[in-house]
Amino acid sequence: MSLLREIFENLRSFVATVGAVALFLLRTLVQVPRALTRPGLIVAQIHNAGALSLVIIMTCGLFVGGVLGLQGYDLLQRFGSEDALGTAAALALIKELGPVVTALLFAGRAGTALASEIGLMRATDQLSAMEMMAVDPVRRVVVPRFLGGLIAMPLLTVIFIAIGIFGVQVVGVQLLGVDAASFWSQMRAAVEVSDVMEGVIKGVVFGFVCSLIAVYEGYTAVPTAEGVGRATTRTVVISAVLVLIFNYMLTAVML
Amino acid sequence: MSSTAQAADPRPVPSDNLVEVEDVHYSVGGRKIFSGLSLTIPRGRITAIMGPSGTGKTTLLRLMTGQIKPDKGRIRFDGIDVTSLKLGELYDLRRRMGMLFQNGALLTDMDVFENVAFPLREHTKLPEPLIRNVVLTKLQAVGLRGAARLMPSELSGGMARRVALARAMATDPDLLIYDEPFTGLDPISMGMIVRLVRHMNYALGITSLVVSHDVEELAELADMGYILAGGRVAAAGNFSELKKHDSELVNQFMNGLPDGPVPFHYPAPDYYQELLEGSA
Amino acid sequence: MRSNRAVELSTGLFVLLGFAALFFLVTQITNREYLTNGGSYTVQAQFENIGTLKPGAAVSMAGVTIGRVESIRYDQSIYKAVVDMRISSQFNRIPVDSDASIMTAGLLGGQYIGITPGGSEEYLADGSRIEFVQDALVLENLINQLVASFSQRSDSKGDN
Repeated sequence: MSLLREIFENLRSFVATVGAVALFLLRTLVQVPRALTRPGLIVAQIHNAGALSLVIIMTCGLFVGGVLGLQGYDLLQRFGSEDALGTAAALALIKELGPVVTALLFAGRAGTALASEIGLMRATDQLSAMEMMAVDPVRRVVVPRFLGGLIAMPLLTVIFIAIGIFGVQVVGVQLLGVDAASFWSQMRAAVEVSDVMEGVIKGVVFGFVCSLIAVYEGYTAVPTAEGVGRATTRTVVISAVLVLIFNYMLTAVML
Repeated sequence: MSSTAQAADPRPVPSDNLVEVEDVHYSVGGRKIFSGLSLTIPRGRITAIMGPSGTGKTTLLRLMTGQIKPDKGRIRFDGIDVTSLKLGELYDLRRRMGMLFQNGALLTDMDVFENVAFPLREHTKLPEPLIRNVVLTKLQAVGLRGAARLMPSELSGGMARRVALARAMATDPDLLIYDEPFTGLDPISMGMIVRLVRHMNYALGITSLVVSHDVEELAELADMGYILAGGRVAAAGNFSELKKHDSELVNQFMNGLPDGPVPFHYPAPDYYQELLEGSA
Repeated sequence: MRSNRAVELSTGLFVLLGFAALFFLVTQITNREYLTNGGSYTVQAQFENIGTLKPGAAVSMAGVTIGRVESIRYDQSIYKAVVDMRISSQFNRIPVDSDASIMTAGLLGGQYIGITPGGSEEYLADGSRIEFVQDALVLENLINQLVASFSQRSDSKGDN
């Protein structure tokens, strides 16, 4: 009996949270046109979310590409098709690994930074101070960060993919001796522009999800040191789970 | 009640009140915070709102500034009913209020100059040289013109509060609200804040509202005070009256007695009984 | 705010890098080079069976890719698959009596069109049609033929 009630309560609070996030999103979107009149604020946030994540994205892209090169080569040479390494690795990077790994890294690097920054602004009354100065903190703080993340994420994704393909090439062609010409030509023969667009669309969707979760968690954080810490953790966990769920759904739709 | 306060004050009596709180009821999660609270903030004066912790002083500020709405009752700012305003109108109204938060609440990602310039940049399209003049004037008034390019993290608590005061003053508001302005300050900074509040109030003709429980500082600073307790005004008047107030609670609060209507002990079962149970 | 220029600069670099990466992906990784590099022309071929040939598959001569399959459609009036191939203009000396066959690249590779040159002095131009074609090998047909030839052989053995 109490178990049923507990399940019901959890379900109810889940639905309520979804509703709260949706309303928050609406509040954010309504303020987007006015926020666009201050492009400087958005540029600063593209810098925070994007440029500052660049090193970690590029490093990880290189190594993910490298491991794809090793594993792909090992797998394909069993069929005598190691020439298809370029195709296999490029498609894996463009369609799955690029968007997903970038999103997970983004949630860990930029998402947590966003959540803790906004949470701290809440905890130190900065958001209330803005309200008292008749400045809507959603417009001034949330929207530029949300848009910054939304713009930065697809860019990070394509950079990750490009570096990743470079990594595959380094390992496959330079280390393991796959023929460079067939590596590239097979890749070109198989990869379509629509595949690249699929990766970019995933990047946009994941950017949307990760940025929204981060600003929501930060904005609604309990205004204490503990509350900000919890908001940061929740940002990573929820973003990661949602990214993987959305990834499955997007793949199912676009495949 | 405010008439007694004014009678004891030699300064000219303001003709009306800037803020009027009328029979306000407010509760959070079933807990009653205010039940029938009424008070007025006279124009051009420094009014103190005091009370033991947890009596809803900060809640009252949030009600006055329209951040939350009362369950019942009316709050008027300069004749405008705050409780019935839409968000846009509320924002217009708030430009006439300045608020100093407990630890300044400076925006941490910009320096002192930009913090003071913030409301100007957000609400006006003033040319840069004019903004610079206004900001430097306000900073000069709080004695921190030299700190214009420091970041908030480089300021002491007292300095941060003075910068916040300069920021609150930037748009020349009618009402300045100070939320616990003395908490955690050394005596020197405290003295500076007291001086600044008085200066802002009388030199610039601003109405001030100070929320605090530092009775000594308030006695030196404010023209009159309200003591909140049990969701309503327990006492009101100037400080000599409040000190001699015959209510036990007011007496305890004003004179800092450890025990009284606000008990020293948190409610607990009988001490002797509990000790016996433990040994049994 | 003091480092405004630096923020703008690094943000600009980041955005440019992002677009450079996108440009790289779209132009270097995908098969659009023949559409962008100095013009192309289209030739047609009709097949009884195209197997798993897809638009975008390579068209090659002597193993060198010279173009792409642009579109594949089924023509009801002739009961054949009509394949349009876009071939880069630099390969403009393909004899009209060349032979187009559908081949398979490796075990995991997709199917592509291989063109074997004929002997004519006339060359394919935009809109021309390759007459000589060889359909895709269909595994089932191969097995049927194999089975048929085995059974024939065993039949003849039985007669002995």
